[in-house]
Amino acid sequence: MQNKLIGLIVLVLIAAGGYLGISAVNEPSTLTLYSGRGESMVRPMIERFESRTGINVDVRYGDTAQLAVLLQEEGDQTPADVFWGQDAGAMGSLAKADRLATLPESLYSDLPPIFRSRTGEWVAVTGRARTFVYSPERVSESEKPESVFDLTEPQYEGRVGWAPTNGSFQSFVTAMRHEHGDERTLEWLEAMDDNGVEAFRNNSSQVEGVADGAIDFGLVNNYYLPRYKANDEQYPAEQDFFESGDIGNLVNVAGTGIIKGTENREQAVEFIRFLLSPEAQEYFTQEVHEYPVRSDVERNPQLKPLEELVNAAPEINLDELEDLEGTLDLLREADLI
Amino acid sequence: MAQRAPLHILAPALLVAVAMVVPLGYLGLRAFQADPQTVMDLVFRERNLHLLINTLKLSFGVLVVTTIIALPLAWLVTRTDMGHRRLLTILGVVPLAVPGYVMAYALIGIGGHYGITAQLFDWQLPRIQGYWGAVAGLSLYTFPYLFLNLRSALLGLDASLEESARSMGHSETAIFRRIILSQLMPSLMAGWLVIGLYALGDFGVVALMRYEVFSYAIFNQYSGAFDRIYAAWLSLMLLAIALVFVMSESVILRRRRLASTGRGVERHAPPHQLGKWRIPAWVFVSVVVLASLGLPVVILAYWLLMAPPPLSFFLEVPLVFARSAVAAMPAALLATAMALPVAYLAVRHPSRMANAVERSAYIGYAIPPLTLALALVFLALNTVTVLYQTLALLILGWALATVALAMGPLRSTLMQMRPSMEEAAHSLGHGPSSTFFNVVFPHLRKSILAALALVFLFCMKELPITFLLAPTGYTTLAVTVFSRTSEGMMAEAAPFAAAIMLFSGLSVALILNREGDRH
Repeated sequence: MQNKLIGLIVLVLIAAGGYLGISAVNEPSTLTLYSGRGESMVRPMIERFESRTGINVDVRYGDTAQLAVLLQEEGDQTPADVFWGQDAGAMGSLAKADRLATLPESLYSDLPPIFRSRTGEWVAVTGRARTFVYSPERVSESEKPESVFDLTEPQYEGRVGWAPTNGSFQSFVTAMRHEHGDERTLEWLEAMDDNGVEAFRNNSSQVEGVADGAIDFGLVNNYYLPRYKANDEQYPAEQDFFESGDIGNLVNVAGTGIIKGTENREQAVEFIRFLLSPEAQEYFTQEVHEYPVRSDVERNPQLKPLEELVNAAPEINLDELEDLEGTLDLLREADLI
Repeated sequence: MAQRAPLHILAPALLVAVAMVVPLGYLGLRAFQADPQTVMDLVFRERNLHLLINTLKLSFGVLVVTTIIALPLAWLVTRTDMGHRRLLTILGVVPLAVPGYVMAYALIGIGGHYGITAQLFDWQLPRIQGYWGAVAGLSLYTFPYLFLNLRSALLGLDASLEESARSMGHSETAIFRRIILSQLMPSLMAGWLVIGLYALGDFGVVALMRYEVFSYAIFNQYSGAFDRIYAAWLSLMLLAIALVFVMSESVILRRRRLASTGRGVERHAPPHQLGKWRIPAWVFVSVVVLASLGLPVVILAYWLLMAPPPLSFFLEVPLVFARSAVAAMPAALLATAMALPVAYLAVRHPSRMANAVERSAYIGYAIPPLTLALALVFLALNTVTVLYQTLALLILGWALATVALAMGPLRSTLMQMRPSMEEAAHSLGHGPSSTFFNVVFPHLRKSILAALALVFLFCMKELPITFLLAPTGYTTLAVTVFSRTSEGMMAEAAPFAAAIMLFSGLSVALILNREGDRH
């Protein structure tokens, strides 16, 4: 028995050594991508890019925030060439930590201004609008709020959900601070809390909460409900924008950037150019239900047209969404996180 | 009577302790970079106290519920004439393979306006959430930690103690309380400790159940602020709470002697006749199995049927499983190999230092996994860069996180073993290593297998360490399931989640089958 076990251990050590040897060899024409977006969405695009260009892409999937922290920990020694994150906050934090290289202007010069970073260190891949999801059975047309600020009124007491720990909610609070000031934002946060707002884990759990009757309204990103509707047309929830220009309709983005010091800059630029191409953009809007960053792709029937979104969205520069620390301080002051 | 520990025990045990200090060192390094004022604001918040109380309430609830499930179950499959004991044992372990968030989704999905019962039977149950939701969710897949520990202990129990008590006229209840329960104490404590520490650090279930605990604070710092410096402070706070757990276990267990002394041959008790209790026993077992395995299976089937994915999804599953197992199996062996000398040192050569070494093994388990992974990233990049993003580092990370898990069953069996056997071997001229391999090792066979099973299942569904340490392009089943559910693509996640449960169940069955009937 013990001989077998010892034998097994030795075998394992040999195998481990073998792995070491294999993984130390790295082909030069390989691009390494750290992706905070899920594999099911990213992989089809990677496969098309590989067959189109002959460039190999190694992808490390993970949670956006964890990968952003990892990139900081790795510093100059990172094997990553490109990062693709879920939200502007993560991209901003990497830019601030000086981990992103400047992109060639030709990549983003013809995108609408809401999808560009002013510093040119990263660029939006898709747009994701903040919106409210509601129960058509328990909410009458006249009860639909015009502004996110209305939700502190007595008629919404105990009926609204939000996700204070969620990145896209925090980006929305950052935008609110920028537009209306810290004081008014804190007031709103505290008034919401006093009004019995229910805290959820993330966007999809709020959509489910509305369907299940736990809440009547939820503050979410636009693309979750369409995914539920795609499985069940009768799914008992609907969503709508606040009135045009309301901060509750903020357009956040998923973004991408090139890691500083990469030896594969050319391939990295080519990859980002592909993500912004009509072909990839059409896939993102049709299959993933997010907004394309360009208007020349076929519209997803589940989504409102891009022009309407651009109209409804408040005018916020994406770089303004970088001040997460101030937002977290505020959320802490209101005892929400 | 404690002799100095022989070198072949002492050296590897110390090595484990040193390895555990690495993440602590990293935390210290990062914590040192912080600005004191911000630390004060972040650490001494009233809300932290509130979160802390919630955390303790949660841990307590989970310990009570898991004990109510695991103790009777372990007793039934070891000490009674209940049939199908091996099958029931496997069914009692497989819930460990259920990812926490899948269990939470399963519980949440039952009730509510759009819940399964409302959809299928037009019968709306209240939505399960909050404190009780979190307790139920965590208990239903962590009770096997306790079950496996208790089972190892019950199998090693010396029947002669009970028999003497019985012959002295003690009632069955008194025997259970005074003898069996006190013999089970080390394994109860070991199980409680790993479950308590798990409940302390869990974020997945509690977040979905919407019950706010301390892990919220850490999660927010990493995930909301993309920060690793202040997160280090919060991790240190969590470790401090974990330390209280670990120390209280060690205080309770101190000065216990479990092995029988004197003459007589160790024997195993004949099984209790269940008699009229047979039906209630089967009802209990069925409820446990239905809740812990039935629920997640139902939710997975429901996701699958809602929107069946293409066949190619299913073809991919075995490949991804093989990839996960290739790393999980060596990690299980490594963790068990690391736990063995530590447990042996602590039980056979107790001393202040042995105690400290044993306690240190809990660092890897109690530390937030993301912190542990970052520490290893830091270590690899600053020492042996070639190790970075190799499977070897992932295996090491998993092993550091699970040494404490593997230690539980080993330690309780060692505590039950009489040192006189080893002494006899010595006097017969066996050297220390010959004694260890020929006398101690065969006795530990079942506990070693239990330890392997515990670690293997942990690794199969582990996420944060895998995310950070695995080679680029290496995805495990758990990673696939997680990324799909978090995108709201439940149907695409279901086959992979089912595969974790199915294949892990089969692997555990294989491992436990090696137990044989030899004692």
